[in-house]
Amino acid sequence: MNTLHVVAALGRRSILQTFRRPQLVAPLIIFPTLLLAIQSAGAGKAIDLPGFPPVDSFLDFLLAGAMIQSAMFGGNAAGIALAVDIEMGFTDRLLATPISRFAIVAGRLAGTAVLGALTAVWFLAIGLIAGVQIEEGVPGALLILLLVTLAALAFGSLGAALALRTGSASIVQGAFPLVFVILFLSTAFFPENLLVEPARTIAEYNPLSFIVDAARDPVISSFSISDLLEGLAGIALLGGIGVALSSQALKRRIKVG
Amino acid sequence: MPAIEVVNLQRAFSDQVLAVAGIDIEVQAGEIYAFLGPNGAGKTTTVRMLTTLLRPTGGSARVAGYDVVAEAAAVRRSIGVALQEAALDPLMTGEELIRLQATLHGLDRAEGRRRSDALLRRVGLTKAAKRRVGTYSGGMKRRLDLASALVHEPAVLFLDEPTTGLDPVSRKAIWEEVTKLNDEGATVFLTTQYLEEADQLADRVGIISDGRIVAEGTPEDLKAEVGKPRLELALAEGSPSACTAVLERFGKLLPAKDGTLVIEVETGAAAIAPVVRALDEAGILVESLDLLEPSLDDVFVEKTGQHLEGAEPGADGEAAEPVEEPA
Repeated sequence: MNTLHVVAALGRRSILQTFRRPQLVAPLIIFPTLLLAIQSAGAGKAIDLPGFPPVDSFLDFLLAGAMIQSAMFGGNAAGIALAVDIEMGFTDRLLATPISRFAIVAGRLAGTAVLGALTAVWFLAIGLIAGVQIEEGVPGALLILLLVTLAALAFGSLGAALALRTGSASIVQGAFPLVFVILFLSTAFFPENLLVEPARTIAEYNPLSFIVDAARDPVISSFSISDLLEGLAGIALLGGIGVALSSQALKRRIKVG
Repeated sequence: MPAIEVVNLQRAFSDQVLAVAGIDIEVQAGEIYAFLGPNGAGKTTTVRMLTTLLRPTGGSARVAGYDVVAEAAAVRRSIGVALQEAALDPLMTGEELIRLQATLHGLDRAEGRRRSDALLRRVGLTKAAKRRVGTYSGGMKRRLDLASALVHEPAVLFLDEPTTGLDPVSRKAIWEEVTKLNDEGATVFLTTQYLEEADQLADRVGIISDGRIVAEGTPEDLKAEVGKPRLELALAEGSPSACTAVLERFGKLLPAKDGTLVIEVETGAAAIAPVVRALDEAGILVESLDLLEPSLDDVFVEKTGQHLEGAEPGADGEAAEPVEEPA
Protein backbone atom coordinates (compact mmCIF):
# COMPACT_ATOMS: atom_id res chain seq x y z
CA MET A 1 0.00 0.00 0.00
CA ASN A 2 1.32 3.37 -1.01
CA THR A 3 0.85 5.55 2.08
CA LEU A 4 1.73 8.71 0.16
CA HIS A 5 -1.01 7.92 -2.33
CA VAL A 6 -3.49 7.57 0.55
CA VAL A 7 -2.29 10.79 2.25
CA ALA A 8 -2.66 12.64 -1.07
CA ALA A 9 -6.20 11.29 -1.58
CA LEU A 10 -7.24 12.26 1.96
CA GLY A 11 -5.56 15.66 1.58
CA ARG A 12 -7.48 16.25 -1.64
CA ARG A 13 -10.72 15.39 0.14
CA SER A 14 -9.83 17.78 2.94
CA ILE A 15 -9.26 20.65 0.47
CA LEU A 16 -12.50 19.93 -1.42
CA GLN A 17 -14.38 19.74 1.89
CA THR A 18 -13.06 23.19 2.87
CA PHE A 19 -14.06 24.81 -0.42
CA ARG A 20 -17.49 23.16 -0.31
CA ARG A 21 -18.22 24.38 3.21
CA PRO A 22 -18.35 28.20 3.21
CA GLN A 23 -18.09 28.39 6.99
CA LEU A 24 -14.60 26.84 6.69
CA VAL A 25 -13.45 29.17 3.88
CA ALA A 26 -14.56 32.39 5.58
CA PRO A 27 -12.07 32.24 8.48
CA LEU A 28 -9.23 31.35 6.10
CA ILE A 29 -9.62 34.22 3.66
CA ILE A 30 -12.44 36.62 4.40
CA PHE A 31 -11.92 37.42 8.11
CA PRO A 32 -8.14 37.97 7.95
CA THR A 33 -8.50 40.01 4.75
CA LEU A 34 -11.18 42.23 6.29
CA LEU A 35 -9.17 42.64 9.49
CA LEU A 36 -6.08 43.49 7.45
CA ALA A 37 -8.01 46.11 5.46
CA ILE A 38 -9.62 47.68 8.52
CA GLN A 39 -6.45 47.76 10.60
CA SER A 40 -4.14 49.02 7.87
CA ALA A 41 -6.58 51.74 6.81
CA GLY A 42 -7.84 52.71 10.26
CA ALA A 43 -4.60 52.59 12.25
CA GLY A 44 -2.15 53.49 9.49
CA LYS A 45 -0.72 56.34 11.56
CA ALA A 46 0.72 53.79 14.00
CA ILE A 47 3.89 53.68 11.93
CA ASP A 48 4.63 57.28 12.98
CA LEU A 49 4.95 56.25 16.62
CA PRO A 50 8.46 56.62 18.00
CA GLY A 51 10.17 53.22 18.03
CA PHE A 52 8.03 51.72 15.24
CA PRO A 53 10.23 49.75 12.83
CA PRO A 54 10.94 51.59 9.59
CA VAL A 55 8.23 50.50 7.10
CA ASP A 56 6.62 52.07 4.04
CA SER A 57 3.08 51.47 5.35
CA PHE A 58 1.24 49.73 8.20
CA LEU A 59 0.07 47.18 5.62
CA ASP A 60 3.72 46.14 5.08
CA PHE A 61 3.94 45.45 8.81
CA LEU A 62 0.58 43.67 9.11
CA LEU A 63 0.81 41.40 6.07
CA ALA A 64 2.76 38.63 7.79
CA GLY A 65 0.43 38.81 10.81
CA ALA A 66 -2.61 38.36 8.56
CA MET A 67 -1.03 35.32 6.91
CA ILE A 68 -0.19 33.69 10.23
CA GLN A 69 -3.66 34.56 11.51
CA SER A 70 -5.12 32.80 8.48
CA ALA A 71 -2.84 29.81 9.11
CA MET A 72 -4.12 29.66 12.71
CA PHE A 73 -7.72 29.81 11.55
CA GLY A 74 -6.84 27.07 9.05
CA GLY A 75 -5.53 24.93 11.90
CA ASN A 76 -8.74 25.47 13.85
CA ALA A 77 -10.81 24.69 10.73
CA ALA A 78 -8.81 21.47 10.24
CA GLY A 79 -9.62 20.48 13.80
CA ILE A 80 -13.32 21.24 13.30
CA ALA A 81 -13.44 19.22 10.06
CA LEU A 82 -11.69 16.26 11.72
CA ALA A 83 -14.07 16.42 14.69
CA VAL A 84 -17.04 16.48 12.29
CA ASP A 85 -15.59 13.35 10.65
CA ILE A 86 -15.39 11.68 14.06
CA GLU A 87 -18.92 12.76 15.01
CA MET A 88 -20.50 11.51 11.78
CA GLY A 89 -18.57 8.22 11.82
CA PHE A 90 -16.46 8.97 8.74
CA THR A 91 -13.29 8.33 10.73
CA ASP A 92 -14.59 4.83 11.52
CA ARG A 93 -14.99 4.27 7.77
CA LEU A 94 -11.29 5.14 7.37
CA LEU A 95 -10.22 3.09 10.39
CA ALA A 96 -11.96 0.00 8.97
CA THR A 97 -9.66 0.08 5.92
CA PRO A 98 -6.08 -1.22 5.89
CA ILE A 99 -4.43 2.24 5.80
CA SER A 100 -1.94 3.43 8.40
CA ARG A 101 -3.81 5.02 11.32
CA PHE A 102 -1.54 8.04 11.09
CA ALA A 103 -2.37 8.55 7.40
CA ILE A 104 -5.79 9.78 8.58
CA VAL A 105 -4.20 12.70 10.45
CA ALA A 106 -1.42 13.15 7.86
CA GLY A 107 -4.03 13.45 5.09
CA ARG A 108 -5.88 16.14 6.99
CA LEU A 109 -2.61 18.00 7.68
CA ALA A 110 -1.51 17.73 4.04
CA GLY A 111 -4.74 19.46 3.05
CA THR A 112 -4.19 22.11 5.72
CA ALA A 113 -0.65 22.78 4.47
CA VAL A 114 -1.86 23.20 0.88
CA LEU A 115 -4.57 25.59 2.07
CA GLY A 116 -1.90 27.48 4.05
CA ALA A 117 0.18 27.86 0.89
CA LEU A 118 -2.86 29.04 -1.08
CA THR A 119 -3.75 31.65 1.53
CA ALA A 120 -0.11 32.86 1.58
CA VAL A 121 -0.33 33.34 -2.19
CA TRP A 122 -3.62 35.22 -1.72
CA PHE A 123 -2.17 37.62 0.85
CA LEU A 124 1.03 38.15 -1.11
CA ALA A 125 -1.09 38.93 -4.17
CA ILE A 126 -3.39 41.43 -2.43
CA GLY A 127 -0.37 42.95 -0.66
CA LEU A 128 1.42 43.51 -3.97
CA ILE A 129 -1.76 44.93 -5.52
CA ALA A 130 -2.13 47.30 -2.54
CA GLY A 131 1.45 48.53 -3.00
CA VAL A 132 3.47 46.40 -0.58
CA GLN A 133 7.08 46.02 -1.66
CA ILE A 134 8.75 42.78 -0.62
CA GLU A 135 12.27 43.90 0.20
CA GLU A 136 13.80 40.47 -0.46
CA GLY A 137 11.96 40.06 -3.79
CA VAL A 138 10.97 36.65 -5.17
CA PRO A 139 13.24 34.62 -2.85
CA GLY A 140 11.67 36.49 0.08
CA ALA A 141 8.16 35.69 -1.18
CA LEU A 142 9.07 32.01 -1.53
CA LEU A 143 10.47 32.00 2.00
CA ILE A 144 7.21 33.53 3.29
CA LEU A 145 5.26 30.87 1.40
CA LEU A 146 7.33 28.13 3.03
CA LEU A 147 6.99 29.60 6.53
CA VAL A 148 3.21 30.07 6.27
CA THR A 149 2.78 26.54 4.88
CA LEU A 150 4.83 25.06 7.74
CA ALA A 151 2.97 27.22 10.26
CA ALA A 152 -0.38 25.99 8.89
CA LEU A 153 0.89 22.44 9.32
CA ALA A 154 1.86 23.14 12.95
CA PHE A 155 -1.46 24.82 13.80
CA GLY A 156 -3.29 22.01 11.99
CA SER A 157 -1.58 19.45 14.22
CA LEU A 158 -2.79 21.35 17.32
CA GLY A 159 -6.34 21.47 15.88
CA ALA A 160 -6.15 17.76 15.09
CA ALA A 161 -4.97 16.97 18.62
CA LEU A 162 -7.95 18.80 20.12
CA ALA A 163 -10.34 17.09 17.68
CA LEU A 164 -8.95 13.63 18.37
CA ARG A 165 -8.91 14.20 22.10
CA THR A 166 -12.48 15.54 22.38
CA GLY A 167 -14.21 14.18 19.24
CA SER A 168 -16.43 17.25 19.40
CA ALA A 169 -16.64 19.91 16.68
CA SER A 170 -18.28 22.39 19.04
CA ILE A 171 -15.40 22.14 21.53
CA VAL A 172 -12.83 22.69 18.77
CA GLN A 173 -14.89 25.60 17.48
CA GLY A 174 -14.96 26.95 21.02
CA ALA A 175 -11.17 27.33 20.84
CA PHE A 176 -11.57 29.90 18.04
CA PRO A 177 -11.50 33.02 20.28
CA LEU A 178 -8.23 31.77 21.78
CA VAL A 179 -6.64 32.41 18.38
CA PHE A 180 -7.31 36.13 18.83
CA VAL A 181 -5.95 36.15 22.38
CA ILE A 182 -2.73 34.43 21.28
CA LEU A 183 -2.43 36.70 18.24
CA PHE A 184 -2.91 39.94 20.17
CA LEU A 185 -0.36 38.77 22.73
CA SER A 186 2.25 38.44 20.00
CA THR A 187 3.97 40.73 17.52
CA ALA A 188 1.43 39.87 14.81
CA PHE A 189 -0.23 43.28 14.78
CA PHE A 190 2.08 45.54 16.76
CA PRO A 191 5.80 45.71 17.45
CA GLU A 192 6.91 44.20 20.75
CA ASN A 193 8.70 47.34 21.93
CA LEU A 194 5.45 49.33 21.74
CA LEU A 195 3.31 46.87 23.68
CA VAL A 196 2.61 47.54 27.35
CA GLU A 197 3.27 45.08 30.16
CA PRO A 198 2.42 42.26 30.67
CA ALA A 199 1.60 41.89 26.95
CA ARG A 200 5.16 42.88 26.08
CA THR A 201 6.77 40.09 28.12
CA ILE A 202 4.23 37.54 26.90
CA ALA A 203 4.85 38.59 23.29
CA GLU A 204 8.58 38.30 23.84
CA TYR A 205 8.25 34.59 24.66
CA ASN A 206 5.20 33.79 22.53
CA PRO A 207 6.34 31.30 19.82
CA LEU A 208 3.89 33.01 17.49
CA SER A 209 5.99 36.20 17.65
CA PHE A 210 9.02 34.31 16.35
CA ILE A 211 6.98 32.83 13.50
CA VAL A 212 5.41 36.18 12.51
CA ASP A 213 8.75 38.01 12.74
CA ALA A 214 10.41 35.43 10.50
CA ALA A 215 7.63 35.83 7.92
CA ARG A 216 7.73 39.64 8.22
CA ASP A 217 11.49 40.10 7.78
CA PRO A 218 11.58 39.45 4.02
CA VAL A 219 8.84 42.09 3.55
CA ILE A 220 10.11 44.98 5.65
CA SER A 221 13.86 44.48 5.94
CA SER A 222 16.68 42.27 4.86
CA PHE A 223 16.78 38.52 5.40
CA SER A 224 18.00 37.50 8.87
CA ILE A 225 19.17 33.94 9.44
CA SER A 226 18.70 34.22 13.21
CA ASP A 227 15.08 35.39 12.83
CA LEU A 228 14.44 32.58 10.34
CA LEU A 229 15.88 29.96 12.70
CA GLU A 230 13.82 31.35 15.57
CA GLY A 231 10.71 31.24 13.37
CA LEU A 232 11.40 27.66 12.35
CA ALA A 233 12.04 26.76 15.99
CA GLY A 234 8.66 28.26 16.93
CA ILE A 235 6.96 26.22 14.22
CA ALA A 236 8.86 23.08 15.29
CA LEU A 237 7.87 23.61 18.92
CA LEU A 238 4.14 24.07 18.19
CA GLY A 239 4.15 21.33 15.51
CA GLY A 240 6.02 18.96 17.83
CA ILE A 241 3.49 19.51 20.61
CA GLY A 242 0.62 19.10 18.13
CA VAL A 243 2.01 15.89 16.61
CA ALA A 244 2.79 14.37 20.03
CA LEU A 245 -0.68 15.20 21.40
CA SER A 246 -2.37 14.02 18.16
CA SER A 247 -0.48 10.76 18.24
CA GLN A 248 -1.39 10.17 21.89
CA ALA A 249 -5.05 11.08 21.29
CA LEU A 250 -5.30 8.87 18.19
CA LYS A 251 -3.83 5.88 20.03
CA ARG A 252 -6.26 6.43 22.89
CA ARG A 253 -9.19 6.79 20.49
CA ILE A 254 -8.29 3.53 18.71
CA LYS A 255 -7.88 1.73 22.03
CA VAL A 256 -11.11 3.00 23.55
CA GLY A 257 -13.02 2.86 20.27
CA MET B 1 -12.15 -22.80 8.13
CA PRO B 2 -15.06 -20.67 9.40
CA ALA B 3 -15.30 -17.14 7.97
CA ILE B 4 -15.96 -15.80 11.46
CA GLU B 5 -15.00 -17.57 14.66
CA VAL B 6 -15.76 -15.93 17.98
CA VAL B 7 -14.89 -17.47 21.34
CA ASN B 8 -16.08 -15.99 24.63
CA LEU B 9 -15.80 -12.46 23.21
CA GLN B 10 -16.28 -9.72 25.78
CA ARG B 11 -16.22 -5.97 25.93
CA ALA B 12 -16.40 -4.01 29.16
CA PHE B 13 -16.46 -0.23 29.19
CA SER B 14 -14.83 1.97 31.79
CA ASP B 15 -17.87 1.89 34.05
CA GLN B 16 -17.49 -1.90 34.17
CA VAL B 17 -20.70 -2.43 32.21
CA LEU B 18 -20.33 -5.54 30.08
CA ALA B 19 -21.73 -4.51 26.71
CA VAL B 20 -20.80 -7.93 25.33
CA ALA B 21 -20.66 -10.55 28.03
CA GLY B 22 -18.90 -13.54 26.46
CA ILE B 23 -20.37 -14.67 23.16
CA ASP B 24 -19.49 -17.57 20.87
CA ILE B 25 -20.29 -17.46 17.16
CA GLU B 26 -19.19 -19.52 14.20
CA VAL B 27 -20.16 -18.36 10.72
CA GLN B 28 -19.27 -20.55 7.77
CA ALA B 29 -18.05 -19.13 4.46
CA GLY B 30 -20.97 -18.28 2.20
CA GLU B 31 -23.46 -17.97 5.06
CA ILE B 32 -25.70 -15.01 5.94
CA TYR B 33 -25.71 -14.67 9.70
CA ALA B 34 -28.11 -12.20 11.29
CA PHE B 35 -27.53 -10.78 14.74
CA LEU B 36 -30.98 -9.89 16.02
CA GLY B 37 -31.66 -7.82 19.10
CA PRO B 38 -33.05 -4.56 20.42
CA ASN B 39 -31.09 -1.30 20.73
CA GLY B 40 -28.37 -1.60 23.34
CA ALA B 41 -28.22 -5.40 23.20
CA GLY B 42 -24.56 -5.43 22.12
CA LYS B 43 -24.93 -5.86 18.36
CA THR B 44 -22.94 -2.82 17.28
CA THR B 45 -20.27 -3.37 19.93
CA THR B 46 -19.78 -6.89 18.56
CA VAL B 47 -19.53 -5.62 14.98
CA ARG B 48 -17.04 -2.95 16.03
CA MET B 49 -14.86 -5.61 17.64
CA LEU B 50 -15.08 -7.92 14.62
CA THR B 51 -14.18 -5.08 12.27
CA THR B 52 -11.17 -4.06 14.44
CA LEU B 53 -12.69 -0.69 15.41
CA LEU B 54 -12.83 -1.69 19.08
CA ARG B 55 -10.49 -3.94 21.05
CA PRO B 56 -12.14 -6.77 22.96
CA THR B 57 -11.51 -6.87 26.70
CA GLY B 58 -11.81 -10.65 26.76
CA GLY B 59 -12.03 -13.72 24.55
CA SER B 60 -10.92 -13.92 20.93
CA ALA B 61 -12.25 -13.53 17.42
CA ARG B 62 -10.96 -14.51 14.00
CA VAL B 63 -12.34 -13.08 10.78
CA ALA B 64 -11.36 -14.56 7.40
CA GLY B 65 -8.81 -16.62 9.34
CA TYR B 66 -7.10 -13.63 11.00
CA ASP B 67 -7.12 -12.61 14.65
CA VAL B 68 -8.92 -9.27 15.08
CA VAL B 69 -6.29 -7.97 17.52
CA ALA B 70 -2.98 -9.51 16.44
CA GLU B 71 -3.67 -9.43 12.70
CA ALA B 72 -5.96 -6.41 12.49
CA ALA B 73 -4.52 -5.11 9.20
CA ALA B 74 -5.11 -8.46 7.49
CA VAL B 75 -8.68 -8.49 8.81
CA ARG B 76 -9.28 -5.01 7.38
CA ARG B 77 -8.02 -6.11 3.96
CA SER B 78 -10.50 -9.02 3.98
CA ILE B 79 -13.67 -7.27 5.12
CA GLY B 80 -16.19 -4.82 3.76
CA VAL B 81 -17.97 -2.70 6.33
CA ALA B 82 -21.19 -0.70 6.07
CA LEU B 83 -21.73 0.93 9.42
CA GLN B 84 -24.95 2.00 11.09
CA GLU B 85 -26.45 5.29 9.85
CA ALA B 86 -24.25 5.22 6.71
CA ALA B 87 -21.25 7.33 7.75
CA LEU B 88 -20.95 9.22 4.48
CA ASP B 89 -19.51 12.67 3.84
CA PRO B 90 -22.44 14.78 2.59
CA LEU B 91 -20.05 17.10 0.76
CA MET B 92 -18.54 14.38 -1.43
CA THR B 93 -20.18 13.02 -4.55
CA GLY B 94 -21.07 9.33 -4.70
CA GLU B 95 -18.36 8.76 -7.27
CA GLU B 96 -15.70 10.54 -5.19
CA LEU B 97 -16.60 8.48 -2.16
CA ILE B 98 -16.23 5.11 -3.89
CA ARG B 99 -13.01 6.16 -5.61
CA LEU B 100 -11.59 7.31 -2.28
CA GLN B 101 -12.56 3.96 -0.76
CA ALA B 102 -10.76 2.21 -3.66
CA THR B 103 -7.59 4.23 -2.96
CA LEU B 104 -7.79 3.37 0.74
CA HIS B 105 -7.81 -0.30 -0.25
CA GLY B 106 -4.71 0.14 -2.37
CA LEU B 107 -6.32 0.05 -5.82
CA ASP B 108 -4.73 2.21 -8.50
CA ARG B 109 -6.64 5.09 -10.07
CA ALA B 110 -7.71 3.24 -13.25
CA GLU B 111 -8.91 0.18 -11.35
CA GLY B 112 -10.66 2.38 -8.78
CA ARG B 113 -12.50 4.20 -11.56
CA ARG B 114 -13.50 0.94 -13.24
CA ARG B 115 -14.84 -0.61 -10.04
CA SER B 116 -16.54 2.61 -8.98
CA ASP B 117 -18.43 2.81 -12.30
CA ALA B 118 -19.41 -0.87 -12.08
CA LEU B 119 -20.58 -0.63 -8.46
CA LEU B 120 -22.56 2.57 -9.00
CA ARG B 121 -24.28 0.83 -11.92
CA ARG B 122 -24.91 -2.23 -9.78
CA VAL B 123 -26.69 -0.27 -7.05
CA GLY B 124 -28.54 1.96 -9.52
CA LEU B 125 -26.72 5.20 -8.70
CA THR B 126 -25.02 5.95 -12.03
CA LYS B 127 -27.21 8.99 -12.67
CA ALA B 128 -26.61 10.33 -9.17
CA ALA B 129 -22.86 9.58 -9.23
CA LYS B 130 -21.81 13.21 -9.61
CA ARG B 131 -24.30 14.55 -7.08
CA ARG B 132 -23.27 15.31 -3.52
CA VAL B 133 -24.22 12.62 -1.04
CA GLY B 134 -26.07 15.23 1.04
CA THR B 135 -28.75 15.34 -1.66
CA TYR B 136 -29.33 11.55 -1.59
CA SER B 137 -32.37 9.90 0.03
CA GLY B 138 -31.86 7.47 2.92
CA GLY B 139 -32.17 4.48 0.58
CA MET B 140 -29.64 5.91 -1.88
CA LYS B 141 -27.18 6.53 0.95
CA ARG B 142 -27.45 2.92 2.11
CA ARG B 143 -26.95 1.62 -1.42
CA LEU B 144 -23.90 3.85 -1.82
CA ASP B 145 -22.56 2.67 1.53
CA LEU B 146 -23.05 -0.94 0.45
CA ALA B 147 -21.32 -0.27 -2.89
CA SER B 148 -18.35 1.37 -1.17
CA ALA B 149 -18.00 -1.65 1.13
CA LEU B 150 -17.66 -3.88 -1.95
CA VAL B 151 -14.97 -1.94 -3.80
CA HIS B 152 -12.13 -4.32 -2.88
CA GLU B 153 -14.29 -7.46 -3.33
CA PRO B 154 -14.15 -8.50 0.35
CA ALA B 155 -14.54 -12.08 1.50
CA VAL B 156 -16.66 -11.11 4.51
CA LEU B 157 -19.20 -8.32 4.58
CA PHE B 158 -20.38 -6.65 7.81
CA LEU B 159 -23.63 -4.72 7.62
CA ASP B 160 -24.64 -2.93 10.80
CA GLU B 161 -28.41 -2.35 10.70
CA PRO B 162 -28.37 -1.87 6.93
CA THR B 163 -32.03 -0.94 6.62
CA THR B 164 -32.81 0.94 9.82
CA GLY B 165 -34.80 4.06 8.96
CA LEU B 166 -35.60 2.98 5.39
CA ASP B 167 -39.01 2.72 3.76
CA PRO B 168 -40.19 -0.78 2.75
CA VAL B 169 -39.24 -0.34 -0.92
CA SER B 170 -35.68 0.78 -0.15
CA ARG B 171 -35.39 -1.98 2.42
CA LYS B 172 -36.40 -4.58 -0.13
CA ALA B 173 -33.81 -3.23 -2.60
CA ILE B 174 -31.08 -3.68 0.02
CA TRP B 175 -32.30 -7.23 0.79
CA GLU B 176 -32.17 -8.16 -2.87
CA GLU B 177 -28.64 -6.84 -3.18
CA VAL B 178 -27.50 -8.69 -0.05
CA THR B 179 -29.06 -11.92 -1.34
CA LYS B 180 -27.35 -11.44 -4.70
CA LEU B 181 -24.00 -10.84 -3.03
CA ASN B 182 -24.44 -13.96 -0.98
CA ASP B 183 -25.33 -15.94 -4.11
CA GLU B 184 -22.04 -14.73 -5.55
CA GLY B 185 -20.22 -16.24 -2.57
CA ALA B 186 -19.89 -13.44 -0.01
CA THR B 187 -20.22 -14.25 3.67
CA VAL B 188 -22.52 -11.71 5.30
CA PHE B 189 -22.73 -10.81 8.97
CA LEU B 190 -25.58 -8.38 9.55
CA THR B 191 -27.15 -6.88 12.62
CA THR B 192 -30.79 -5.97 12.69
CA GLN B 193 -33.65 -5.14 14.99
CA TYR B 194 -36.18 -6.16 12.35
CA LEU B 195 -37.62 -9.64 12.69
CA GLU B 196 -38.63 -9.82 9.05
CA GLU B 197 -35.14 -8.90 7.91
CA ALA B 198 -33.57 -11.73 9.90
CA ASP B 199 -36.30 -14.11 8.78
CA GLN B 200 -36.03 -13.25 5.09
CA LEU B 201 -32.28 -12.96 4.70
CA ALA B 202 -30.49 -15.10 7.22
CA ASP B 203 -29.35 -18.69 6.94
CA ARG B 204 -28.87 -18.54 10.69
CA VAL B 205 -29.92 -16.09 13.37
CA GLY B 206 -28.29 -15.28 16.68
CA ILE B 207 -30.57 -13.53 19.16
CA ILE B 208 -28.68 -11.21 21.50
CA SER B 209 -30.01 -9.67 24.67
CA ASP B 210 -28.02 -7.83 27.33
CA GLY B 211 -24.74 -8.79 25.69
CA ARG B 212 -25.44 -12.53 25.60
CA ILE B 213 -26.63 -14.82 22.83
CA VAL B 214 -29.86 -16.29 24.10
CA ALA B 215 -30.75 -18.38 21.04
CA GLU B 216 -29.13 -19.39 17.78
CA GLY B 217 -30.20 -21.44 14.79
CA THR B 218 -32.00 -21.27 11.47
CA PRO B 219 -35.14 -19.12 11.60
CA GLU B 220 -37.22 -22.27 11.05
CA ASP B 221 -35.56 -24.23 13.86
CA LEU B 222 -35.83 -21.30 16.28
CA LYS B 223 -39.52 -20.87 15.53
CA ALA B 224 -40.15 -24.61 15.76
CA GLU B 225 -38.60 -24.56 19.23
CA VAL B 226 -41.27 -22.24 20.61
CA GLY B 227 -44.39 -23.75 19.09
CA LYS B 228 -46.12 -25.28 16.12
CA PRO B 229 -48.12 -23.52 13.42
CA ARG B 230 -51.81 -22.98 14.27
CA LEU B 231 -54.98 -22.70 12.20
CA GLU B 232 -57.54 -20.19 13.37
CA LEU B 233 -61.11 -20.46 12.01
CA ALA B 234 -64.19 -18.34 12.32
CA LEU B 235 -67.45 -20.11 11.41
CA ALA B 236 -70.00 -18.58 9.04
CA GLU B 237 -72.54 -21.41 9.34
CA GLY B 238 -72.70 -24.77 11.14
CA SER B 239 -72.38 -26.03 14.66
CA PRO B 240 -69.15 -25.40 16.58
CA SER B 241 -69.27 -28.89 18.03
CA ALA B 242 -69.42 -30.47 14.55
CA CYS B 243 -66.57 -28.27 13.50
CA THR B 244 -64.57 -29.23 16.58
CA ALA B 245 -65.06 -32.88 15.75
CA VAL B 246 -63.66 -32.34 12.26
CA LEU B 247 -60.76 -30.22 13.42
CA GLU B 248 -59.68 -32.70 16.09
CA ARG B 249 -58.81 -35.13 13.33
CA PHE B 250 -56.04 -32.76 12.19
CA GLY B 251 -54.48 -31.52 15.38
CA LYS B 252 -54.77 -30.58 19.02
CA LEU B 253 -57.50 -28.05 19.82
CA LEU B 254 -56.20 -24.96 21.64
CA PRO B 255 -58.02 -22.34 23.73
CA ALA B 256 -59.32 -19.55 21.47
CA LYS B 257 -61.21 -16.26 21.69
CA ASP B 258 -65.01 -16.29 21.29
CA GLY B 259 -66.31 -17.15 17.83
CA THR B 260 -63.08 -18.78 16.73
CA LEU B 261 -61.51 -22.21 16.92
CA VAL B 262 -57.76 -22.86 16.94
CA ILE B 263 -55.88 -26.08 16.28
CA GLU B 264 -52.19 -26.83 16.28
CA VAL B 265 -51.06 -28.27 12.94
CA GLU B 266 -47.74 -30.08 12.53
CA THR B 267 -47.50 -29.51 8.81
CA GLY B 268 -48.24 -25.78 8.65
CA ALA B 269 -49.61 -24.55 5.31
CA ALA B 270 -49.87 -28.11 3.98
CA ALA B 271 -52.69 -28.74 6.45
CA ILE B 272 -54.96 -26.03 5.03
CA ALA B 273 -56.32 -27.89 1.97
CA PRO B 274 -57.26 -31.11 3.82
CA VAL B 275 -58.93 -29.15 6.64
CA VAL B 276 -60.96 -27.05 4.18
CA ARG B 277 -62.03 -30.18 2.25
CA ALA B 278 -63.08 -31.98 5.45
CA LEU B 279 -65.10 -28.99 6.66
CA ASP B 280 -66.75 -28.67 3.27
CA GLU B 281 -67.70 -32.36 3.26
CA ALA B 282 -69.24 -31.88 6.73
CA GLY B 283 -71.29 -28.93 5.41
CA ILE B 284 -69.57 -26.36 7.60
CA LEU B 285 -69.11 -22.89 6.09
CA VAL B 286 -65.99 -21.03 7.20
CA GLU B 287 -65.93 -17.22 7.30
CA SER B 288 -62.17 -16.93 7.70
CA LEU B 289 -59.19 -19.20 8.10
CA ASP B 290 -55.71 -18.01 9.09
CA LEU B 291 -52.46 -19.84 9.44
CA LEU B 292 -50.57 -18.47 12.46
CA GLU B 293 -46.91 -19.36 12.47
CA PRO B 294 -44.55 -18.72 15.39
CA SER B 295 -42.42 -15.63 14.77
CA LEU B 296 -38.92 -14.76 15.82
CA ASP B 297 -40.58 -12.39 18.27
CA ASP B 298 -42.17 -15.44 19.91
CA VAL B 299 -38.65 -16.85 20.15
CA PHE B 300 -37.45 -13.58 21.62
CA VAL B 301 -40.27 -13.55 24.18
CA GLU B 302 -39.59 -17.19 25.08
CA LYS B 303 -35.89 -16.54 25.62
CA THR B 304 -35.92 -13.10 27.22
CA GLY B 305 -39.42 -12.65 28.61
CA GLN B 306 -39.99 -9.46 26.57
CA HIS B 307 -40.98 -8.47 23.07
CA LEU B 308 -38.39 -7.24 20.62
CA GLU B 309 -38.60 -3.46 20.44
CA GLY B 310 -41.10 -2.41 17.77
CA ALA B 311 -42.55 -5.89 17.27
CA GLU B 312 -46.33 -6.26 17.54
CA PRO B 313 -47.13 -8.86 20.16
CA GLY B 314 -48.54 -11.84 18.32
CA ALA B 315 -47.81 -10.36 14.88
CA ASP B 316 -46.20 -12.60 12.39
CA GLY B 317 -42.77 -11.22 12.36
CA GLU B 318 -42.75 -7.58 11.42
CA ALA B 319 -41.59 -4.56 13.32
CA ALA B 320 -43.09 -1.09 13.09
CA GLU B 321 -42.58 0.49 9.68
CA PRO B 322 -39.73 2.94 9.61
CA VAL B 323 -39.95 6.06 7.50
CA GLU B 324 -37.42 7.02 4.87
CA GLU B 325 -35.58 10.28 5.43
CA PRO B 326 -36.47 13.03 2.98
CA ALA B 327 -34.11 13.44 0.04
